[in-house]
This record gives sequence, structure tokens and C-alpha cells, in this order.
Amino acid sequence: MLLIRCPYCEEERPELEFAGAGEAHIARPANMSDISDEDFEAFFFIRENQKGIVFERWRHIHGCGRFFNAARHSVSDKFIVTYKAGEPKPELTDEQIAAVAGATGKSGK
Amino acid sequence: MSFTPPPAAYRVAGKGRLSPAKTVSFTFDGRRYSALEGDTVASALLAHGVHLVGRSFKYHRPRGILSSGPEEPNALLDVARDATRRQPNVRATTQEVFDGLIATSQNRWPSLALDVGAVNDAFARFFPAGFYYKTFMWPRTAWERLYEPVIRRAAGLGTAPTEPDPDRYANRFAHCDLLVIGGGPAGLAAALAGAKAGLDVIVCDENAQFGGSLLAESRAQIDGEPAGRWAETMADQLRAMANVRLLPRTTAFAYHAQNMVSLAERITDHMAAPDTDAPRERLWQVRAERVVLATGAIERQLVFADNDRPGVMLASAAREYLNHYGVAVGRKIGVYTACDSAYAAAFDLAEAGSEIVAIVDARDNPDSALLARANDLGVKVLTAHAVTGTTGRRRVRSMTVEPMHQSVRRKVEIDALLVCGGWTPSAHLFSQSRGKLAYDAANGRFLPDAPAQNCVCVGSCNGTDDLAGAIAEGAAAAGGEAKVDVAEAPSMTGHLIGAAKGAGVGTTSKAFIDYQNDVTAKDIRLAVREGMHSIEHVKRYTTTGMATDQGKMSNLHALAIAAEALDAEIPQVGLTTFRAPYTPVTFGTFVNHARGPLFDPTRRTPMHAWAQRNGAVFEDVGHWKRAWYFPRGAEDMGEAVNRECATTRQVAGIFDASTLGKIEVVGPDAVAFMNLMYTNPWDKLAVGRCRYGIMCREDGYIYDDGVVGRLAQDRFHVTTTTGGAPRVLNMMEDYLQTEFPDWKVWLTSVSEQWAVIAVNGPKAREIIEPLVKGIDMSGEAMPHMSVREGTICGVPTRLMRMSFTGELGFEINVPADYGATVWDAVWARGERMGMTPYGTEAMHVMRAEKGYIIVGQDTDGTVTPHDAGLSWAIGKKKTDFVGIRGLARPDLVASGRRQLVGLKTKDPNIVLEEGAQVVADPNQAVPMTMIGHVTSSYWSQVLGHSIAMALIEGGHERMGETLYVPMANETIAVDVCDPVFYDPDGGRLDG
Repeated sequence: MLLIRCPYCEEERPELEFAGAGEAHIARPANMSDISDEDFEAFFFIRENQKGIVFERWRHIHGCGRFFNAARHSVSDKFIVTYKAGEPKPELTDEQIAAVAGATGKSGK
Repeated sequence: MSFTPPPAAYRVAGKGRLSPAKTVSFTFDGRRYSALEGDTVASALLAHGVHLVGRSFKYHRPRGILSSGPEEPNALLDVARDATRRQPNVRATTQEVFDGLIATSQNRWPSLALDVGAVNDAFARFFPAGFYYKTFMWPRTAWERLYEPVIRRAAGLGTAPTEPDPDRYANRFAHCDLLVIGGGPAGLAAALAGAKAGLDVIVCDENAQFGGSLLAESRAQIDGEPAGRWAETMADQLRAMANVRLLPRTTAFAYHAQNMVSLAERITDHMAAPDTDAPRERLWQVRAERVVLATGAIERQLVFADNDRPGVMLASAAREYLNHYGVAVGRKIGVYTACDSAYAAAFDLAEAGSEIVAIVDARDNPDSALLARANDLGVKVLTAHAVTGTTGRRRVRSMTVEPMHQSVRRKVEIDALLVCGGWTPSAHLFSQSRGKLAYDAANGRFLPDAPAQNCVCVGSCNGTDDLAGAIAEGAAAAGGEAKVDVAEAPSMTGHLIGAAKGAGVGTTSKAFIDYQNDVTAKDIRLAVREGMHSIEHVKRYTTTGMATDQGKMSNLHALAIAAEALDAEIPQVGLTTFRAPYTPVTFGTFVNHARGPLFDPTRRTPMHAWAQRNGAVFEDVGHWKRAWYFPRGAEDMGEAVNRECATTRQVAGIFDASTLGKIEVVGPDAVAFMNLMYTNPWDKLAVGRCRYGIMCREDGYIYDDGVVGRLAQDRFHVTTTTGGAPRVLNMMEDYLQTEFPDWKVWLTSVSEQWAVIAVNGPKAREIIEPLVKGIDMSGEAMPHMSVREGTICGVPTRLMRMSFTGELGFEINVPADYGATVWDAVWARGERMGMTPYGTEAMHVMRAEKGYIIVGQDTDGTVTPHDAGLSWAIGKKKTDFVGIRGLARPDLVASGRRQLVGLKTKDPNIVLEEGAQVVADPNQAVPMTMIGHVTSSYWSQVLGHSIAMALIEGGHERMGETLYVPMANETIAVDVCDPVFYDPDGGRLDG
């Protein structure tokens, strides 16, 4: 079970309190009824779903109820950062990405 | 009846930690045996010279006790406390004896000593690896009827209990700074260092006593103290500290993400008379800042011919049986080893009075100090020799010894054979944590390498074999320091993985790798010959390592033999993935409290008790219990529903609609928000009026529906389907928070705040009106689709005039706490006037008679408002709502879409089956072209014929067409019609 930091509650809470809500930073077009089929396809159907760093939405549904965004590594499942809805997509440093990419360092001896 | 069990002939006076004063007794296969408190079933049986305890899985070969711990692949017993507390496949090596324990051997018939299934052993050459895949292919139907039942009876281990488990299981979450897994020397040192630094520490160990490998020690000294005593002192010190929690008999079985580890604590399984309030087991879900894995190492057997006879045992196990339990596993003992550690077992047993017939060492030059000590004790060591066979049916009687490089065979009589092929570090949990392992070729083992989480491996699981080093490493892992003087600790040097002499390429002997699944060295080679080149394939083909022991002793041997057959290096062949659980965990521990009524929450309305008292039959709708129908006398469901419908339409009916989802949408931007979320236009909905709303997803398909009342300019009372409330609120919150965060709108779930009493029928107004204050309920003042606030029976109400039956209808919303009282008052008046209660079935029939849809029954996530005949509910002038663009997609505006229509059977008495497929031409060849399906179907008493709704391709254009519903025994002709069957003009809405 993951620990997820809710950027509104400002603390880590168990995954049980959260619900995933798909890919982040897909803005609903303001002129919805005017967009082309291709634009609608891109908005509604097409998702990155990539191996590696993903930006995704979560809702603290059994907590404060707020939607927020997260940057997470889809292989190691590790979070880099969570941030409030509406905040810009964070620029991730190489160190941040390396830190969640998988096994690191040497154990014990 | 008094019966004195025979004395334990193999118990050695003065050895071990158990008190001879504390005796208990138990039975094994019906015979009574004595034991000492603290014995495992295995140690107690060995004390009586009982080695034969089971039959193997496939060949039914006699099997004995191989180990003294959780890695045990052979000694699996059925252990019972009483008639209802019985558990199969319990490892005799970990089950502590309690007074009255009933142990029974498994997988044998008619008895353990005489087993008919053992004929499989004689025909073993007909059961090679992959046997089942190859043999039971044809005919396909025989698999279910013949092969599987026979195989299941012949193979397999214990039998599952048939009675419900009467025990209780508990569950606890815990957080700590430091979780130490394993209470051996390294783990104890880590725990104490952490505790002294002020950390919150949890230490768990699967055994009853802390000490790990030190429990088997006889000679080693730590700081001048016997090692076992040192461990006890350490444990006592920890026990006395307030920031330490010691969990004995607790197995860490799964390592999850972010340092969460699941532990199974066995609380009562060792007690003769447990407190009836005590849980049997407790699941701990521990979140630790840092995890120290001090999980030790597991000794391996050697792979040679007939290495599975009862009496063949791991050397370390024999040592633990002697030094901890005070049991000598034999009197004439052979030792076959490739590792120094077996010598310690031999020396201890020799000193305890057993004859060590010979130590057969596969190596050319074992440590000279060991040879010198053997010489002192008069123990013969045969270096560069091998054991190439054994005899003995129920217990090993001899071993065949050969020099490594010649074939001169010598048979030596023995009654036990200790084996040691070296040690496999227990990297299971480390690997589960996604840490990487690296191959240590010099010592033939995989060791923890890069961790993926904040965890540190210490001691022998990390390849640190020397005792002082392990203790120092443990302390360092917790940020401390421990320098101890260690004397006479056993050497762990030496290993042999893969086939030993006589079991190599080209041999046909049965040299077992995986005892529990009966996999031999030659099975692995066969798998490789037949094309399995990855260890994952070899594993699945041969089933090696796939038994409940998960190959704790066998995996490395299998890997080495496969590597040899493939002429590849071990790391290239790969390592199979370690998966949770480390050892089997009972279902009770996982299921925990979630049984019976606690399995899933049940939601009941405030009027539930009334419905119960009045004979309602309930149905489950989501988590809700809803009154389905109210049979009177001997009525069946159909009769009850017909009566409820008829009475409601002629007089009145009362219905509990409290389960409807209710959301209050409030704020200056509430109307804009409603315009966004629903297809309908809301600007012109006057305060005090209601409207039926449809909610779509962005793709244009119907998501939910419900009646919405406008209480004020800035306040809407929104209802949703019973099951849809949470997802509708979630979707609303999603748009509000993430797309329109500046809008001033607040959403509140009020589903459980309002009880809803629906009264429908011509007399509905007459029944309610006298109870209501502050609302003019006349038809002129309160037309259909209105909402008013006032009081009923003195209780505040939101009274809605609306109808889901087509009759004059009111829905009385009152605060939930008053629901039952107001219901009683309405019922008291209505009953006198001939009103009936009706359930969900009658509600379904009456709404279908009116062609009202139920989202999720008449729609399925691919139905648009247009398809459902609800185009009128879409605001034509709106420039935006959720789904507006989706509805304009080419496929959604194409002709030929499935559209909702009514169906009338030509024979009015036939009620169609819901879900039945509809075709245009009943005479076409099978498979027919299906053009739609029936979504709702009922008998309509008021109309005197059956009615149905269906989604039919181009349905709206097919009015009057005859279509067909082909069923197994008949083809039913139907006419397509408008789905509004009853009162199409709606005149009855006014009573």
C-alpha cells in the first residue's frame, strides 16, 4: 500500500484514502462544442500511459476530498512530488528522476 | 481411561532448553505420544524415534522430517484441536505441541506405513516432468470428468476443512522507526542498537524464542557467555524497554511498497486451552521508516540418489533438535556434507552419545582443525567421498559410500543421515522489496545487492557468516556499534550446488531437488532437453519450487542443474521471482474481521423495520436492502406485484424511495454548474419547480439521471440513481475542482440526511394533505414537477410533486431521523383509504408501463439521450455541457444506432426474457444477425398483456414492424411500439 502525500492536508496518508483519476494536465477545451474530431480524440481518448515518469491525478476521496496531481514512476511506483490541482506541471530534475527509478545504492556492507 | 505414553527413547538427558518437568501429550495417527512443553510436533516425534511422517506428493514415497524450520517440504501434517479446528498441511517443524493436539499424516491410504499410492513410485518412469501436459490432452471432455478428479484424489496434500472456522482473527496497523525482521544474533544487535538510540522498534521472529541460529548452538561463546544465553539476555533487555515491541511467533510474510511489511502473529496455536476471547492470529501491517532484514540463511540438502528417505535430515536441524530440544535424531548416524557447518552437528551428537559412523565430505581438503577435532572424538572423516545411495523403507538403514574419483562402493549401516550442501541466504523479503540480488560465484549464492527501499540486510542473509561480523553489522544497520568477542563459532565455509556424484548427467537415479513436488535432478534436465531454456519455464514445466515451501531448499539446486544442462552460467539462467507470502498464511488472517455481516456494509433505510414487520421480501441494490414486494397470505411474487400495481393505480401506494442519491448544489454559480453537468437547460427553471435531468459523460453516453428541484435561485436539490450517487458526486467535484475552480458552488451529499416517502395514486393528495402545513397542495398551486418547503407532522419537509408511476405522485423528503414516524403517520391515514405499500418490483413494472428508463438497465454505457428517446431533455441552445461534443461524434449521429423502443408480444401472455436477443428474420442461418436486445420485460396487470423495452437498431424507424426473439424452444414474434404503454397522454398525473 502506497503512502501518498496530500498537498492540501500536507501529510502522507495511506493509499486506502485515495482514488486514482487518470492522467493529469489534460485541460478541457473551453470551446468544447467547436473542436474538431481529431481534437476531441486527443482530449478524450489519447493517453500517454508511459513506462517511467507519469503525471497523474488523484483524489483524497476519503479525506479532504480534493483532487490533486502527482508525478510518479510507473515502474518503481515511487512518487516524486504531489501538487495542487491547477499548479503547473513541475520541472523534474535528473536527480529526482534517478531517485525513484528503481534500486539505488549498496546495502549493508 | 488412563494411558501412559511410552517414554521418549531418543530424548537425551541434560541436553536442550526444555524442562523435563513440563510434559504434555498428543496423538499422531491415533497413537498417543508424550512431549515436553516447547517441543514442536517434529521434535516430539523424533524424541520417540518416529521419522516416517508423510507420503510424497506424486510418487507417494515415504518421507521424514528434513528440517527444523519453516523451509520443511516433507513433514506436512493435518493438525486439529477439536472437530471444527483442523488445519491441513501444517509443518510439523513449526507447530508447537500442546496438550491434546491431534496430528494426522496426509496423502496416504489406507495407512502411512502401507500406502496403495506408492505404486506410483514403481511406475515413476511413466511420470516424467511435464507428464500432465503431455498425457491428459485427449479427449478434451475427459479432463473435467475423468482426469482431474482422479489426479486430484491421488495427488495433493491434505484435505480442506469443511466446517466454518470458529476462530477470531485480529488486525492491527503499526508505525515504527525500525522494524527488525529476524531475532537471531544480527537482528537482536540491530534492535538493541536502535532501541538505545531511542527509536521505536518492532522486532519479529517466526519462532517462539528469540535467538535464531544461536538456539542450535552448543559451543559458541559471545563475550564469554554461551551464545544461547547471550540471546536470552539480549531479548530480556529489549523486552524491558518501553520503545520496543517484541513479536515472537510472528512471520514477516510480505514486503510491500514504501516499507510496509505484513506480519502474521500466531497467538493461540501453541496453547492447550486458549482464552476464548483471544484471536487465533493477528495480521500486522507495519509501516517502518527503516527495515532491517536479519532473516538468516537456510541450509540446503545434497542432491544424490534416494536422498529422501525418512531419517535423512539437514545437519543444522539435527543440531537444533539436540541442542534446543534435547533430542538425538539417531544412534548410528552418517554425515554427508560439502560444508564445514555439518561437523558441528556431528561433534555435538557424538558428544551426546550417538555414534557418528562417518563424516563423508565431498571436498578434498576440509579445514584441518575440523579434521583434528574429529580425530579427537574418534569420528572417521572420508574426504573426497560421496554418498551415492541409501536403503531403508520407513527409515534409512544404510548409505552407500564411494570415493569421489573411483567406483568402489561400500554400504554402511546407519539410522540417520545428516546432509549439508551449504547455505542459501534468505533473500525472499529483500527481493519482494524489489531489491536487486547479485550472484556470489565464490560461495555459490545470491546476495542482496542494491536495495530499492530504506532497508538493510544484515547477518547471514547478507552473506556475513561470522558471528562477530553479523552482530557488528546488525548494530551498524541501526546506527549503533557492537564489538563482541566470539569464541568457537562454527565455520560456514563450503558449498555444493546442483547434482552430487551419482546424480549427474546421464544418471537415472531419483535424486530429489524439490521434495514437496517430487522433482528430481533428471526432471530438470528433461525439461531443458524439451526446450525449456529459461528458469521460469523450467520451473513451470517441472513444478520445481512451486509447492507451498516455494523451493526454499531447492531453487538453487534446480538453477545449477539447469545451468549445467544449458552450458550457461548461473546468473545467465536467471532466478525465479520471490513472491509473497514467505510461508503460507491462513485465509483467516487475510479475511480477518471481514466475515459474515462484516464482509460488506449493509445500508438500511429509516423505514426498514416497518417493511420487515410488514412482511417485505428484500432485494440487494448496491449496499442497500430494499423492500422488493410485500406478499400477503399465500401470494407469490407475481401475485403480490400485480396487486401492488393495481391498488396503486386505483387507490394509492406508498414506497420507500430513501435510497435515491441526493446532492445539494448551492452557490451563486449553481445554475451555471447545473447547465454544465446536465444536458438540460436550467436557467428558466423557476424556483419551486422540478425537472428531469440527464447527465452524460464527455463521450455523450448517459451517465445518470434524476429529478432536480430548484429550491432557490442558488440552491438545487438534485436526485441521482440509487447506485449512482457516489460517482455522480465524484464527477461533479472533478469538474468543479479541476475545470472550474473559480465557480462559487458547493456540493453536499445529503443522501442519508433525507428519508423519502413516495405516495402515488389517485388518492395520494387526499392521504397526505391533512398532515402537511404551510404548503398549498392543490393542483393549481402545486402542479406536477413542483417542490415546496413546509412541514409534515410538524417535521420540516421538502415536498416534491413528481411521479415515477404515471399516477399523481408526491415524494415527501423529511430528515432521516423522522422518516419512520412520518411514514407511520402517512400509512395510518392511507391504510384506512385502501393504500398499499409497494416494493421495487412493482415500481419497476409501473415505470416500464410509462416507458421511464432505469439507467444501467435500459442503458448500458453506450446509449445516448437520443437513443433513449430523450432528445427533448437536451438544451438545443446550449453551447456547452458535459457530453455536447461527444454527442456530435460521427458514430453517435450515424443512422442505425440501437434505440430504445417498446415491444409487444403477439401472444400477450408471453413475458420476454430480459437480455434476450432480437432478430429481424427468424429463418436466417445461425449465427443470426442480432439487431438488439430486450432491456426490461414485465407482465402488466393493468394492461392485461406483457410489456417490454428493447434497444433495437434504428428502432425509432421501426414502429409497427414485426421482429423476432429466438429462444431455445420457440421463436417469439413481437411488434415494435412506443415505449409509453400506459396513459400516453399523461392525464393520470393529475389524479
